[in-house]
Amino acid sequence: MTAQQDVGYHARRHGRWHVGEIVFWLLALACAFLFPSRYLVMTDIVRLALFAMSIDLILGYAGIVSLGHAAFFGVGAYSAGLMALHGLVTEPLLALILAGCAAMLLGFATSFLVIRGVDLTRLMVTLGIAMLLEALAESFSNITGGTDGLQGIEMQPILGVFSFDMFGRTGFVYSLIVLFVLFLLARRIVHSPFGLSLRAIKNNPLRAAAIGIPVNRRLIAIYTVAAFYAGIAGALFTQTTALASLDVFAFERSADLLLVLIIGGTGYLYGGLIGAVVFSLLEEVFKSITAEYWQFWIGLVLVVIVMVGRARLHRWVLFLPNLLIAQVAGRKSAVALPEGEGQ
Amino acid sequence: MTAVLTNLFDGIAYGMLLFVLACGLAVTLGLMNFVNLAHGAFAMAGGYVCAVLVNQIGWPFFAGLPLAFVSAAAIGIVLERLLYRHLYARSHLDQVLFSIGLVFMSVAGVDYIMGSQRIFINLPSVLEGQFDVYGVGIGRYRLMIVVICGLLTAALQLVLARTRFGSRLRAAVDDPRVASGLGINVPQVFAFTFAFGCGLAGLGGALSAEVLGLDPYFPLKFMIYFLIVVTVGGSSSITGPFLASLLLGIGDVAGKYYVPRMGPFVIYTLMIVILIWRPNGLFGRQAAR
Repeated sequence: MTAQQDVGYHARRHGRWHVGEIVFWLLALACAFLFPSRYLVMTDIVRLALFAMSIDLILGYAGIVSLGHAAFFGVGAYSAGLMALHGLVTEPLLALILAGCAAMLLGFATSFLVIRGVDLTRLMVTLGIAMLLEALAESFSNITGGTDGLQGIEMQPILGVFSFDMFGRTGFVYSLIVLFVLFLLARRIVHSPFGLSLRAIKNNPLRAAAIGIPVNRRLIAIYTVAAFYAGIAGALFTQTTALASLDVFAFERSADLLLVLIIGGTGYLYGGLIGAVVFSLLEEVFKSITAEYWQFWIGLVLVVIVMVGRARLHRWVLFLPNLLIAQVAGRKSAVALPEGEGQ
Repeated sequence: MTAVLTNLFDGIAYGMLLFVLACGLAVTLGLMNFVNLAHGAFAMAGGYVCAVLVNQIGWPFFAGLPLAFVSAAAIGIVLERLLYRHLYARSHLDQVLFSIGLVFMSVAGVDYIMGSQRIFINLPSVLEGQFDVYGVGIGRYRLMIVVICGLLTAALQLVLARTRFGSRLRAAVDDPRVASGLGINVPQVFAFTFAFGCGLAGLGGALSAEVLGLDPYFPLKFMIYFLIVVTVGGSSSITGPFLASLLLGIGDVAGKYYVPRMGPFVIYTLMIVILIWRPNGLFGRQAAR
């Protein structure tokens, strides 16, 4: 077998659907029927999962650390809000895609700034862009409603058929379907030759360039795609909660997002989804301990995760499931360890 | 014309304050290449210590300032020995996550202990009001800031350039391996420098209660300013961050005064443009390692 065939064989094998993945999505669908009283919380989780998946695309696959991913979330949220408020595009699905495209445009424009320079410059530039947009949104209060945010958004039925209900059932199913479709797309992207080249860039940009991968163009492309995803997540936020305020741009949102992804693990797409569930559960628990000061515990979790070491922590967490699977199915390590840890 | 000069003076005072707040970060981030987003937390700690001493125990303001320095430095050295030193060799992502965690903890912790409202430190009457120099209004408090920060800057420059410790630090930063081969205790030098930087931040925090406002969200609100000072100023010398903080201070005050709507917008745009134009900072010589 030649090397090329070999690579193709392994890439295709990785790209195949595992049983665990199908179970995961069936469970997600089952939630729609199992917890009819918790639709709003579950919608939150789905949105966060989508947002985390978006940053996983650039952090986990391309190795770009961003502190300002909320910029795209915010642009998506405000575009969706403004379109609904002024009746420009009333059909939510179309508005969702347009809002995503707005964020994508911004992502494309700013990607040229982001690919320049080293890690630190990237951190500063991404953070700066988010802060800049927040400042803009605050000063143009005649458009954005300033600190009050956009108010009085009324959502039309999706496709003219499914109207948003009080309990958030439609919102949840809508978000879940959007998440699933975008997940399929992301899955296709990361298992394609394009996705493999991204991993090569993450591991060693210099080497990747040497074997003929156009590093900058690939980074621009994935950054733009990730911005689109984040924009969709923001638009979902506005559509399902009928509100958009300045805090969509907040630094805390970007910081929490990193935590979500780190909890779940980077570089295998499910990290964001699992992280979103765990993060929301943690948030719930912390808020029940001390309602006002829950951020303290979030901070503590971050510090502990870093001090213990991400790779080691994931080994601990996956120890029991892997043991069970090994006992039951007689296989080794069915739950994959996320790649690219501890670098 | 006089209003312009008054603004200029305020801007200089603001910039010098920013420099004292951020120059510790210039060492950790610029020289040691550790992304410490929690630098503002040390400043806040110093500010709150000073506030408690002056307002509740009744110490004079000028006795509270050194204590702000000492307490922030003490917190700094404890955290450095316990936590930070394990992370020097880690990836930037780990450092970012860790220091964001610290920021969240400090914000919520101070909020819990001291309440979320902005606090003021009782100032001696000597420092209140302003006087006129040929029609230019000069605030007494701001003049004091300029004097203190100016002296500190000169002292820092002297220590770094002229003393044995300064040359040890520069050697340790240039090449830690060779420095330790020459018998320099590199971890100790780093720990001491880190603590000193935290102390300066604490002093700056105490001074800034009156000018910038001190509340539990201080580390988050001014994080970007500290980062701007260091990244725009570059890390090759102490002059770079100093000039950058003066520019930032003057620009920010002028921006808020003349174009209140676009003030922060201008600052962030300028920062991005400068970083794109010169990724190592305006006054930087080479890539930070």
